[in-house]
Amino acid sequence: MITLGDYLIVSGILFSIGLAGVMLRRNLIIILMSLELMLNAANLSLVAFSRFSVDSSGLPNYNAQVFVFFVVTVAAAEVAVGLAILVALFRARQTTDVQDISSLKF
Amino acid sequence: MISPFLFWSLALLTLIFGASVVINRNPVASALSLVVSFLGLAALFMSLDAFFVGIIQVLVYAGAVMVLFLFIIMLLNVRAEEGRRINWLASAGGITVALALLVQIFLVIDRFQPAAKTFPSLPRSPIDDVRNIGALLFSNYNLPFQIVGVLVLVATVGVVLLSKRELR
Repeated sequence: MITLGDYLIVSGILFSIGLAGVMLRRNLIIILMSLELMLNAANLSLVAFSRFSVDSSGLPNYNAQVFVFFVVTVAAAEVAVGLAILVALFRARQTTDVQDISSLKF
Repeated sequence: MISPFLFWSLALLTLIFGASVVINRNPVASALSLVVSFLGLAALFMSLDAFFVGIIQVLVYAGAVMVLFLFIIMLLNVRAEEGRRINWLASAGGITVALALLVQIFLVIDRFQPAAKTFPSLPRSPIDDVRNIGALLFSNYNLPFQIVGVLVLVATVGVVLLSKRELR
């Protein structure tokens, strides 16, 4: 049988893949995609815990799923703003590589 | 509950294509891998009886967000990053941090007692989760829901402002 731990492990591996993407890649678009991967990994563990804690009326804990709804909404807004910044940056510098954007670097 | 074979094949699909997002050097290939990864994740949500979450996963992520990503990739005409030297020291550092996090997650899940338990069965199997989430959204979470609406409005205005040709 599938346990709660299996879902949590899949979620943890997915989060680590996303973190590795943010750390390793230098293309801003890929970094944004890895960010989405991390948000989705968190969503998976939220939904797993929601299904795990069934209350007395026999329903999953829907508070977690409402939270997932908020996370998805905020993530969609974040992607829109992030990509708009990316386009503005590309217009100014003709690059999407984070190594070429170092004006603020100390 | 979902059969173990189906669960592990869906999990493997999600993880392999998730890894392919990071590994691929071509941004278009990364974006398409991300779509498959999100679809696998949506199937995992539905295996947890969260049909509403699974459907908004497909609509919002695999639909809207990915179209936005592909649109920007095509618009900017980003080519595969070729000829750039890989900084091996920095790459090793990044992989070490990610692996350290993974090991910590494994250790925590190993110690976490409820993780070894299976999921309790639901008395009525096809549950009307959309109605329950909607009821919560408009009662307990009414204020956060309206704040999220304002957030989306601010994001829309911000995106329009940012995409103007010259910022004043």
